[in-house]
Amino acid sequence: MSTVFQTQQLAALNASNGWLTAINEAGKAAFAEAQWPSRKTEAWKYCSLKALADHAFDAAATASTTAEQLAEITQIAGLDAYQLVLVNGQLQAELSSAMALSQVSLFSGADAEQQTLIADRLQQARLQPGHHLFNDLNDAALADGVLVQIGKNSRLDKPLQLVSISTGDNHVVNSRVIVVLETGAELTLIEQFASLANDSSFTNNQTEVLVGDNARFNHYRLNLMESDARFIGTTLVDLQRDANYDSFHLGLGSVLTRNDLIVNHNVGGSHAEIAGVYVPKDSQLVDFHTDIEHRVAHCTSNEVFRGIINDQAKAVFNGRIHIHKDAQKTLAELSNKNLLLTNKAEINTKPELEIYADDVKCAHGATVAQLDNKARFYLQSRGIGEQEAQVMLSFGFINELLDGLKVEAIGDWLRPVLAHRFGRDQVFSAEQTGDL
Amino acid sequence: MISIKNLHAKVEDKPILKGLNLDIKPGEVHAIMGPNGAGKSTLGNVLAGRDGYEVTEGSVVMNGKEMLELEAEERAREGLFLAFQYPVEIPGVSNLEFLKASVDAVREHQGKPALDSVNFLKTAREKIKSVNLDQSFLKRGVNEGFSGGEKKRNELMQMMMLEPQLCILDETDSGLDIDALQVVANGVNAMRDPNRSFIVVTHYQRLLDYIVPDYVHVLADGKIVKSGGKELALELEEKGYGWLENGEA
Repeated sequence: MSTVFQTQQLAALNASNGWLTAINEAGKAAFAEAQWPSRKTEAWKYCSLKALADHAFDAAATASTTAEQLAEITQIAGLDAYQLVLVNGQLQAELSSAMALSQVSLFSGADAEQQTLIADRLQQARLQPGHHLFNDLNDAALADGVLVQIGKNSRLDKPLQLVSISTGDNHVVNSRVIVVLETGAELTLIEQFASLANDSSFTNNQTEVLVGDNARFNHYRLNLMESDARFIGTTLVDLQRDANYDSFHLGLGSVLTRNDLIVNHNVGGSHAEIAGVYVPKDSQLVDFHTDIEHRVAHCTSNEVFRGIINDQAKAVFNGRIHIHKDAQKTLAELSNKNLLLTNKAEINTKPELEIYADDVKCAHGATVAQLDNKARFYLQSRGIGEQEAQVMLSFGFINELLDGLKVEAIGDWLRPVLAHRFGRDQVFSAEQTGDL
Repeated sequence: MISIKNLHAKVEDKPILKGLNLDIKPGEVHAIMGPNGAGKSTLGNVLAGRDGYEVTEGSVVMNGKEMLELEAEERAREGLFLAFQYPVEIPGVSNLEFLKASVDAVREHQGKPALDSVNFLKTAREKIKSVNLDQSFLKRGVNEGFSGGEKKRNELMQMMMLEPQLCILDETDSGLDIDALQVVANGVNAMRDPNRSFIVVTHYQRLLDYIVPDYVHVLADGKIVKSGGKELALELEEKGYGWLENGEA
């Protein structure tokens, strides 16, 4: 039986989008046949889709927003970046920097060579492990997208900040980003998802990245939507020889925030460094599903996710490491630590190791921890009350990962946002302590 | 200042302190020496109010207040400070935010006006310089990745910021080289004041060359078995603790 959501989305699909028709049709056929996930569907077991299933969405809205409103929710103070702004999935040239615009192409404006490249990436994506019905929907609805291409041995001198904002009530945005780094290229990409207040829209995003030989990709994926926003996102990363992927993922929390991350080590020598934080509160749900595919020998990965779950919120972390038969000399580490702040908060954490090679080093661990009593006593012995000590330590648990961010401005910007979330504002601003 | 009477305490059901008495007047420095396992560190932890140390008998009265009835943070706000033997590392909590929260809590309790962030930062910069730590230590996580000596100096720095009435130094000298020891001793000496008292717990006489005590006590098997002036420390250095433990004193 299909849901209101499925019926409605199918009906809304356009017949044809030019050279993308083949992918549209493949997606549509698969989506039409897809079984709606239930408690019995392993990949969605703890991720309720109630917020989507029987919700009637409108077609994409055209709510008007002022530049000031947008600036307020998108500006990362202290960050020097080229900004590209999409509102409800539409590129806003007047809100974007000229440099950013010159670095990207839209699928709709792609030349023949780019069309081949894009089509190839889209086809590859359909074959990825964990491919699900929202990926099908994304393919089915695909009319346009953003292509970022960095040429051989080049780099952008500043980070590229890709801001996606939903503004209207109750609409659906399918968004697609493809990033291709050629041999020796470097890029820092900040994907920032935001929404205006009281926005019960649904964003279905898919970002695919090809990191070429010896290329470096620094990736920040920040889910900063308001509480009502629904978000399902997939990130696919293909790593070529000696490629480096360094990423940070944030799920601030909303009624539905689901993220899938698939990293493929395709050729030897590549390294993936993945950090993530989730902090749902109230009745929010945040789900991170990660899958590191070690397909070949001599690759390394290190993954650290931390979550603090408050009120009656729920979080899911599923971290899979798949070491294929030929992937000898793999080094893979995975750690997931969680703090539950109340009796009703819930975490479902599952590290999943599948190892078919015999000469590998692989460590994993998941904990649902209490705060460190020694640390708490230390704070109390300095006059800090028990409750405040608790708040400071909870924040510290997350802040440890912010301290490690390469783009410091993001850490400096997120620190007060998260501190406020834990009920204790930071005393010192980044400006005050800048010279320390 | 503080009066400890007949203090008995257990750790995991094992009696460690067995009737300890100590009276300290304002401005005095008391050294407590003794063999390993005598209960030296237990004394500091019991006074500071650490969980897991069960007081079974006795009283600790500071400035007319019974300390044993107070929570750890309340004791700190009353002016009691323990410089830890092994300061804990707290990654993610910046030294500066921690110090500010601590100083705010103590000053508020003592009815002193709060320091604004600008003045606080100025004072913190001065103090951290005086203990020979780089300014960057203010921004780092509390004790995170600090060497042993740096941790001890960070304890001293906190003590300077909080200006406590009773400072308990728990083996602050252990593991320090002479340069670091002098930094710590100079800091402590600079804080000596007619209204501030010190309990200096140490295993080695060396520290007392730099922090000259008014009294030296020997703690053995949970009790003070001998008290004297600073010359007692030298005698202990020469003869060891055996003659006291054997009950010959």
